[in-house]
Amino acid sequence: MVAEASSGHPGGSLSATDIVTALYFKVLKHRPDDPKWAGRDRFVLSKGHCAPVLYAALARSGYFPVDDLPNLRKIDCHLQGHPDMHKTPGVEISSGSLGQGLSVSAGLSLGMRLDGLPGHVFTLLGDGESQEGEVWEAAMAAAHYKLTNLTAIVDANGLQIDGFTKDVMNVEPLPDKFAAFGWKTLAIDGHDFGQIIDALEASRSGDGPTAIIARTVKGKGVSFMENNAGWHGKAPSPEETRQALAELQGEQVPGKGEPVGS
Amino acid sequence: MAVELKPRATREAYGDALLALGERHENVVALDADLAGSTKSGKFGAAFPERFFNVGIAEANMMNIAAGLAISGKIAYASTFAVFATGRAFDQVRQSIAQPRLPVRICASHGGLTVGEDGCTHQSVEDIGLMRLLPNMRVVVPADYNQTYAAVLESYELPGPMYIRTGRPNVPFIYGEPPAGLGKGCDVLREGTDISLFACGIMVSRTLEAAEELKKRDISAEVVNVSVLKPIDVDTVAASLTKAGCAVTAEEHSVIGGLGDAVAGVATEYCPARIGRLGIKDTFGKSGQPDQLLEEFQLTARDLVVLAEQVLKSRK
Ligand SMILES: Cc1ncc(C[n+]2csc(CCOP(=O)(O)OP(=O)(O)O)c2C)c(N)n1
Ligand SMILES: [Mg+2]
Repeated sequence: MVAEASSGHPGGSLSATDIVTALYFKVLKHRPDDPKWAGRDRFVLSKGHCAPVLYAALARSGYFPVDDLPNLRKIDCHLQGHPDMHKTPGVEISSGSLGQGLSVSAGLSLGMRLDGLPGHVFTLLGDGESQEGEVWEAAMAAAHYKLTNLTAIVDANGLQIDGFTKDVMNVEPLPDKFAAFGWKTLAIDGHDFGQIIDALEASRSGDGPTAIIARTVKGKGVSFMENNAGWHGKAPSPEETRQALAELQGEQVPGKGEPVGS
Repeated sequence: MAVELKPRATREAYGDALLALGERHENVVALDADLAGSTKSGKFGAAFPERFFNVGIAEANMMNIAAGLAISGKIAYASTFAVFATGRAFDQVRQSIAQPRLPVRICASHGGLTVGEDGCTHQSVEDIGLMRLLPNMRVVVPADYNQTYAAVLESYELPGPMYIRTGRPNVPFIYGEPPAGLGKGCDVLREGTDISLFACGIMVSRTLEAAEELKKRDISAEVVNVSVLKPIDVDTVAASLTKAGCAVTAEEHSVIGGLGDAVAGVATEYCPARIGRLGIKDTFGKSGQPDQLLEEFQLTARDLVVLAEQVLKSRK
């Protein structure tokens, strides 16, 4: 997708692929043929630049044709560079300006609680994104309002645009920070499906919000992209794309015949 | 016509001029919010790591750290994308930079639609308007690499806060070398008598093209590059308007709040004239290639010619 578009964000899409796959194909209660079903769980991609992984999961779930994917970022395609809730079926909120998704998610959780809806809100954040002060305003509010129906997952890949997060502006220790803000906090390997699914399911209950700090590898599954800030927002060349797809196709996704992050 | 040099991005000029300022002046400091590679502030960062603060993805924090540095006697250059510099941190810029008249230079890159594929969340169509609204804020939109270079160099000497908008794409050169400064920021690039064409930023080269096309149709168009949108050079704008009696403005920004409004303001007060405004028509952008977007949002030289002819016709 990113190669076809000649632009986009492969690194953070790949670090989040296992998490988003677990959500869409195991954890979320949703009806792709009825995207606005009131009983659904919601997924919010707060780190909106990783739209490719969301679009791949939505397409493979059946929200729109898989054939749309190569038109990512093209002028007349609904697949915008960052998710647009009015253009793409299955996108719950528009995002792309970092640091805002957890607040919107808290509002969604409150709204669902007011309406007596059973669904749960799962929000995916970046670790660099967690440098935004608003993330912590939202964290305070979610704990204050005891939003048991809210889970924040941090894709802790250790990188942002200008380098390693610890060098640019250290955000760690993330688990301790969320715990101090009053969240139930789980730390997992974000590429272990067993741990991802167990943590997501465990986060549905409790007496407040849950934060899952998922340790991941940016660019996961593509040797030359792994752990390299240079692949944050760059499209691979045709040759690099061939190599990347070959490497990714070696990794099968559980329950699915083919990898999702194409 | 535009000078024959290989087109370069105005953000590159920001990076190069900031580096030059760093070499000349100890009290120049720079800040970024995890976009140092894109805004080009990273060049300064590599040369002067002890005077460079990449605060992470925290634009509001960055603006107020810049304010604090300015109070400490530094000239602070703060950069990120235009949409975040002006929107995300508006209250910080208002309360802690504009109102106290601090020497912070908000040098925002990625102005306008030509951000391209990232789409509407990253395309700033309202930043000029937001900054023009703030008392004390000088608002600068240079037209090419050389003018940007001059604007950044000159900014060191000027008092008070300043907003300088640069862009992502390569743009043709208008100036053969960096001018000594922007002066009043209103350059008549081509004289004409039938209609005045006021442009800023990437639209200046397109406006020169449009004037050439209008000439073929026997219309004499004056082209004015307005690089300082605030305070706008009332004398030059009014003189041009008075001569032609009608005008078109062209900007990669909403028709609300930007160059069109600034020129219309001068006209209303000093020399009423019929003015057509070419700009983004009160809508958000979308994903696509920069040139495709300029076509779709009607910001080409061709669109300018059409609008100029409409304005001229409506006067008869
Ligand atoms: C408010 C805001 N500031 C800056 C950006 C530009 N930007 C896009 S992605 C990114 C880095 C994100 O890093 P992280 O959150 O760690 O994401 P990941 O590593 O998962 O890609 C930045 C600075 C933005 N989209 N929004
Ligand atoms: Mg990261």
